[in-house]
Amino acid sequence: MQLTQRSKNVVKKEMTFLERIYLPAIAKGMWTTLKHFFRKSNTVSYPKEQREFAPVYRGWHVLKRDEQGRENCTACGLCAVACPAEAITMEAAERERGEEHLYREEKYAAVYEINMLRCIFCGLCEEACPKEAIFLTDRIVPSDYARQYFVFGKDMLVEGVEPDKRVDVTVRQKHITEKNTQPA
Amino acid sequence: MSLILLFSLGFIIEKAVLIIALFALTLGVAAYSTYGERKIAAFFQDRLGPSNAGPWGLLQPLADGVKMFTKEDFVPNQSERWLYILAPGAFIFVALMASAVIPWGTTLTLGGLNWNLQVTDVNIGILYVVGLASLGVYGIMLGGWASNNKFSLYGAIRASSQMISYELAMGLSIIAIVMLSGSLSLKTIVDQQAGMWNVVYQPLGFILFLTCALAECNRAPFDMAECETELIGGYHTEYSAMKLGFFLFAEYINMFISCTVISCLYFGGYHFPGLDPNWLGGLMGPIILLSKSFFFIFVFMWIRWTLPRFRYDQLMHLGWKSLIPLAIVNMMLTGAGILFFGK
Amino acid sequence: MVLPIFLTLAAISILTALLMVLSKNPVHSVLYLILTFFAIAGQYILLNAQFLAVVHIIVYAGAIMVLFLFVLMLLNLSKETEPQKSAMWKLSGGIAAGMLLVTLVGALRGGIEVTIPENASGKVGLVENLGMVLFTDFVVPFEIAGILFLAAMVGAVLVGKRDLQV
Repeated sequence: MQLTQRSKNVVKKEMTFLERIYLPAIAKGMWTTLKHFFRKSNTVSYPKEQREFAPVYRGWHVLKRDEQGRENCTACGLCAVACPAEAITMEAAERERGEEHLYREEKYAAVYEINMLRCIFCGLCEEACPKEAIFLTDRIVPSDYARQYFVFGKDMLVEGVEPDKRVDVTVRQKHITEKNTQPA
Repeated sequence: MSLILLFSLGFIIEKAVLIIALFALTLGVAAYSTYGERKIAAFFQDRLGPSNAGPWGLLQPLADGVKMFTKEDFVPNQSERWLYILAPGAFIFVALMASAVIPWGTTLTLGGLNWNLQVTDVNIGILYVVGLASLGVYGIMLGGWASNNKFSLYGAIRASSQMISYELAMGLSIIAIVMLSGSLSLKTIVDQQAGMWNVVYQPLGFILFLTCALAECNRAPFDMAECETELIGGYHTEYSAMKLGFFLFAEYINMFISCTVISCLYFGGYHFPGLDPNWLGGLMGPIILLSKSFFFIFVFMWIRWTLPRFRYDQLMHLGWKSLIPLAIVNMMLTGAGILFFGK
Repeated sequence: MVLPIFLTLAAISILTALLMVLSKNPVHSVLYLILTFFAIAGQYILLNAQFLAVVHIIVYAGAIMVLFLFVLMLLNLSKETEPQKSAMWKLSGGIAAGMLLVTLVGALRGGIEVTIPENASGKVGLVENLGMVLFTDFVVPFEIAGILFLAAMVGAVLVGKRDLQV
């Protein structure tokens, strides 16, 4: 009785003479491998040459600063709420007098940690962020030997003040704004 | 007695230089076979293969050698210590000895001297090679047994029964060649193929010999002794560092020697139509022979990266029920051919 | 130059043969026996009988000893499982060996006239001459030996096929 359409009747039939001496089959196999011998290899020798990233690649997060070098993040916690993997934790602090050049608004994140082992790089944090503070970039999270090194603090996340240390996220930014302005 | 009287100082020096050159050649070829194996395997699988050590990875064998020498040399606690150490040495020793009777060329004129490019032309040359091939299994057996590991022992047992089974078919297919040429000396066999290669008269014999050579070298699809998927390396499971290196090296030497013997027995040795082995002061002969044997090394690797491994009982069935009867038929056909058509 | 080589080989063969008998471990015994075979093959080469030497190596060292080793490796050899032979067995073994010794000594005592063939042109042991002698002068013993091997083979097959109805 045939239960499914996929079942296949296996017949063990007597091999013909040509099949029994194996040589034609061997020659056929050798011809197949020989064709592969002259085929171009698909290998990308990774550290030496790198594949092109998709423009919307989601990698290592960055916490942006504005043009004057002040951190955008106000520690509102929306990213942590949005995060499905619960990878983001933060502690908020109030901006003191004389710190105006460091933080854009009165509240800022004293501690901001992303556990890179939990993160699934879905990008919901950047969509949730009202201040355009967090973005995912095309940088790959480096490997390490112990779990504790994968909890990235502000030292790993906030971009530098100097112009050459800034991380360019214009493509990503455009993508996010488009996505956020789309009618739901 | 005449054997001993031949020894004179010049003779000894000539032979010593030749032997050292042969060792260097054999070891060099074996070293670069490892590189070739990896590179060819990569090409068959659409990969690149070793490419970081030197240009195109050409220094990879050196890197491997350094790795082998600097690794921890481990001897298992319950092993048979002396045999464990002796086994790789015995294996590589036997493998290196076989090149002595192979006629690498005619005579090489170098520095005003004539060098005979064969260490010794014993009149039982081919039997010598067969004898060494049958001794080669001792290294594997001792290594496998002395390791005191069940997988190693399995490898050793498989290797020994495989060697014995395939030696028979190999010997029988060689007999057909010997019947054709009427001599056991490799030099005579090669020289008789100046006009027409033996493979023309012995296509079946060639296929039998090639199959048996694959089995004798423990090459896939007959690498039952070490098959890494079921015996995790077989007889060399417990070996590390340069002892393991010796085993692997000796296998490549065996492969090189078998390929050279195949070229000598079936493909005219240092003869090639349109090329005189005496050209370039006699250097043409070795070049022709080496090109042929490199081609067969390539074929061996090609087979390895194409065919899956036989099952152990299939291996025995093939050896005893197919190859040996076929070899006997081949021998009879050759005899009948010689009887009716002359040589 | 031949004599020292001969003596060395002879010493090696006797020594390894003794070690073969005396060593406790059967695998070691087999290995010593292989060394003995090599020493004997060396003697053949000294007699310029290259064919005999290499056939000796192929058949004895290369095939028969591999089978011996094969069987020995399959046995579970350890000190505990070593069968303890009773004094009776030891005594009967000693008597049997002693009788063989007496027979051998008796046979050799008179001294066998060793005739070194004067026509030893160094070609006696070569393949052509050996084959010629085997297939002309000694063809009957040669064929009988062949039939003996065939019978042995048939017997082995019979023993191997246990379920065969005899």
